[in-house]
Amino acid sequence: MAPQARLSLFSFVARRLLQSLGVLLGVSVIVFALLHLTGDPTRLLLPLEAREEDVRQLRALLGLDDPLWIQYVRFLSRAVRGDFGLSFKHQVPALTLIAQTLPATLQLTAAGLALALVVAVPAGILAALKRNSVLDAVCSVGVLLGQAMPVYWLGLLLIMVFAVGLGWFPAAGRDGLASLVLPATALGAFSMARIARMARSGMLEVLAQDYVRTARAAGIRTFLVTYKYALKNAAIPLVTIVGLEFGILLGGAVITETIFAWPGVGRLAVDAIFSRDYPLVQAIVAVLATLFVVINLVVDLVYTYLDPRIVYVRSAL
Amino acid sequence: MSVIVGAAAPVAIRPRRRVSFRAVFGLSVLLVMGASAVLAPQLAPWDPAKQMLMKRLRPPMWQERGLREHPLGTDHLGRDILSRLLYGGRISLGVGLTAVTLSALLGVTLGLLAGFFGGRADTLIMRIVDVFLAIPYILLVMGVVFALGPSLLTVILVMGATRWVHFARVVRADVLSIREREFVAGARARGNRALRLLLRHVLPNALTPIIVMTTLELAFMIIYESALSFLGLGVQPPTPTWGWMLSDGRNYLATAWWLATLPGLTIMLTVLAVNLLGDWLRDTLDPRLKV
Repeated sequence: MAPQARLSLFSFVARRLLQSLGVLLGVSVIVFALLHLTGDPTRLLLPLEAREEDVRQLRALLGLDDPLWIQYVRFLSRAVRGDFGLSFKHQVPALTLIAQTLPATLQLTAAGLALALVVAVPAGILAALKRNSVLDAVCSVGVLLGQAMPVYWLGLLLIMVFAVGLGWFPAAGRDGLASLVLPATALGAFSMARIARMARSGMLEVLAQDYVRTARAAGIRTFLVTYKYALKNAAIPLVTIVGLEFGILLGGAVITETIFAWPGVGRLAVDAIFSRDYPLVQAIVAVLATLFVVINLVVDLVYTYLDPRIVYVRSAL
Repeated sequence: MSVIVGAAAPVAIRPRRRVSFRAVFGLSVLLVMGASAVLAPQLAPWDPAKQMLMKRLRPPMWQERGLREHPLGTDHLGRDILSRLLYGGRISLGVGLTAVTLSALLGVTLGLLAGFFGGRADTLIMRIVDVFLAIPYILLVMGVVFALGPSLLTVILVMGATRWVHFARVVRADVLSIREREFVAGARARGNRALRLLLRHVLPNALTPIIVMTTLELAFMIIYESALSFLGLGVQPPTPTWGWMLSDGRNYLATAWWLATLPGLTIMLTVLAVNLLGDWLRDTLDPRLKV
């Protein structure tokens, strides 16, 4: 490895912040490019039979005749202030629409993640403690199925069994806690599988460490060794996973919300894409990416705080 | 980014089994799926697009009202489900394989360059990787596919061009340690040029994670191709795809369970087989690998 200079905590945080800003700048380029991929954006706004003169007028009005980089700077300076323009379809600022739907998505994502953690962490740890038992086998099969089951199919199955068949939960919409159960389960299943797998292998790794053996040899009760010493250390890698999973779940929410007619940002996005509402698409991509970057920044900082073995190195930044 | 110091995982010594269930199961399912996709025109009992409205919504043959000539039943337009599943496999597996190949080529090349040369190239490539990781994958793909117009080619290109970052990350991390090993220094001292060093000495030693990644990514691509189809943004009808069939079945959940269940099961079985094979490859080639 290249020689690595250790950094102080302060400069680590400063660098990490700068890096996040860089990522967001990159995201803005892609979001900007998205509109221009469609060819001529004025064609999205005007009816097909629009006169050539009207097209030209609108181009001038929207500043589409300027060089691309000027258009980008203009886009960026507006985006930084939260101005992504009016939604073509709804004729309201795109950000207002997102503000209205984001709480529903965050609720769904948080519920999915919470469900995944509540089931997967104990299951993974128990599977590790009772290695090669029936429980471990059941857990492995669950993990394999969970990772192979596409969220849209699981969603349909859940609707078929629990909404249409048994009638326990509503099949669609957002109306109280009962309506949250099926979409959160569908969304959380994949993460559940991955977290259980990580928890199991993490716990096995920790249990094989010298300090666990030493603690056992010193006569400390197994219960204490397991839950006080081992569990704490096995939890560390899980913290990073939670940040990454949250981002993945935000993406997964797009499909889940479509299936369950959940009134969140994901459904808004699908709807916007199909109605060629590009300002809205741009705003949604930008907001979700920003959320992801912020969450991972926080997780990274928490992580370095939790694990004192971590040093900040220049080359990794 | 943070680095853990001194956390080497203990290598568990496990008894070697002669035949691995995962390998046999994964390989045989994939072989059957692959063969039936390739041979779909010969195997399919019906034209997958042929509508027989007199025989709409017939259940699989083992159920009441089921017909012998339609072993897995018919859909809401009276099309044969078995034939559609066979033809759909061509799309799912074909798109999956080509998109993975494309993204592996891109990702491995850029990961090799970033890890081997370091410096500005590394910084630039890894920042691009971070940007792609920050954007929800499905939204990016949907946005671009819709902008360019959905078609077989667009789906393959977009999925390949947006997913390479995962290969790049893994390969770069691996190359960072490989390039410091003695045999690379030795080869360099013998006067090998950079390109030869990369291709003859570094790449072969980075192959294990690349092979494992390829299988896991193939599973991902199959799931996402069908997700795009499901949302109506994939390969356009009348070409049958598994995702499209699932989406058709959405309106018949209460009355015709087989419409959504059979394509779903097919997708799951395929992905399961690919994952099992990937897991087995990882454990066999390098149990310490974390991809």
